Amino acid sequence: MPEPVLAPQADVDAEMAAITGAYEQAGVVETQPRRDYAPYRSSLLRHPTKSLHHADPETIELWAPCFGPTDVDPLEADLTVQHTGEPIGERMVVTGRVTDGEGRPVRHQLVEIWQANAGGRYVHKRDQHPAAVDPNFTGVGRCLTDGDGWYRFTTIKPGPYPWKNHRNAWRPAHIHFSMFGTEFTQRVVTQMYFPGDPLFALDPIFRSIVDPAARARLVASYDHDVTTHEWATGYRWDIVLTGSNRTLTETDTEDGDH
Amino acid sequence: MTTPSAPLAPTPGQTVGPFFHYALPYPGDRDLVPQGSPGSVRLHGTVHDGAGAPVPDALVEIWQAGPDGRVVQEHGSLRRDGFTFTGFGRASTTRAGHYDFSTLLPGPTDPGAAPFFAVTVFARGLLHRLFTRAYLPADAPGASAEALAADRLLASVEESRRTTLVATTDAPTPASAASGVLGLRFDIHLQGGSETVFLAYPGH
Ligand SMILES: [Fe+3]
Repeated sequence: MPEPVLAPQADVDAEMAAITGAYEQAGVVETQPRRDYAPYRSSLLRHPTKSLHHADPETIELWAPCFGPTDVDPLEADLTVQHTGEPIGERMVVTGRVTDGEGRPVRHQLVEIWQANAGGRYVHKRDQHPAAVDPNFTGVGRCLTDGDGWYRFTTIKPGPYPWKNHRNAWRPAHIHFSMFGTEFTQRVVTQMYFPGDPLFALDPIFRSIVDPAARARLVASYDHDVTTHEWATGYRWDIVLTGSNRTLTETDTEDGDH
Repeated sequence: MTTPSAPLAPTPGQTVGPFFHYALPYPGDRDLVPQGSPGSVRLHGTVHDGAGAPVPDALVEIWQAGPDGRVVQEHGSLRRDGFTFTGFGRASTTRAGHYDFSTLLPGPTDPGAAPFFAVTVFARGLLHRLFTRAYLPADAPGASAEALAADRLLASVEESRRTTLVATTDAPTPASAASGVLGLRFDIHLQGGSETVFLAYPGH
């Protein structure tokens, strides 16, 4: 099969700039990515064209699946100790608090992460990027938030990587995050980025969130209080889930014994 | 107690991307109950894109009540013990875009309510997760045409699109007759003429 001809970055930049211009003109604040965002080519046939249908959550939708110590080993929160040797790259801690839209902590809930290694390579059979696989790094972690909504992972800072969206397309370095809330409607999968990445302006996945303030919510901040002496750099990233609709009981709001 | 105040702006979503397969799937993820166990059902279907092509890199999650209609709050979805029903399952699609769950029929959560599976869809190319419902068809045990007709959400959807929210019963096969496992089919169309009705909840 002949290689498809990929659009240059300049074409994609122009498309993104036009969308940004129209957004600024419209003057209505958006907080989520556009599912219909043509500069991200894979979205073309995979976004609904009809508007979402309003639903009032009912019973099952007002609750979330429940995870506990039987589900997650505390060691799964340290991605640097999953093999016999030390992974290569910048050891870092990422921590933050998960709350709902009212600022209430999301307690004892599952957080899952996955990421590329320091060279920008995933341990995935479909990753074609010719960068080294690190035998000491898989890049998968899980933890449960604590009684105050905090999560904490020790990992290696991921590298940026190329992809085939357009010619010379590179993803800014990121960690994929998957979160559950206190109810089904809060389920979200997203990506955490690092401050000051020069690839931000060029990346159609990041820029599918057309509002700059909303985009900034995906960028962690360097935190010297998280950084530890002679061991790891530290990043802080807080997560706010969409507001919950259920009237929370005491078990949800107090740090119970479970 | 915290006093409710103005909602905080939510953290935006992003696509699950192409490389989730070594991270999110786990052993037993799609088997809420062991496959073929007495009283189990197979909930399955194909995820399609706007051209009708199967989506081989989608992830479907279900969250459901137990057969008695109660919301389950049991640990153990990630480490199934073969006995505890947790109500949560996760299935990545095959190269043919197909997903498959082994589970139990959800019961009505209120007397007379139409039972359904709550469904979340993720995929490469899909920038933000989608929610929908897979209702039990009228001929499934515990379901009825009356309950479906009385359902508030279904009634609020234009009639021509209502069927996208209701699973269909598989025709029996020698294998399904022997095992007694009921098959329920729920295809998901991300875009196009038969586009699935996707849901926005308050606060989205
Ligand atoms: Fe990635």
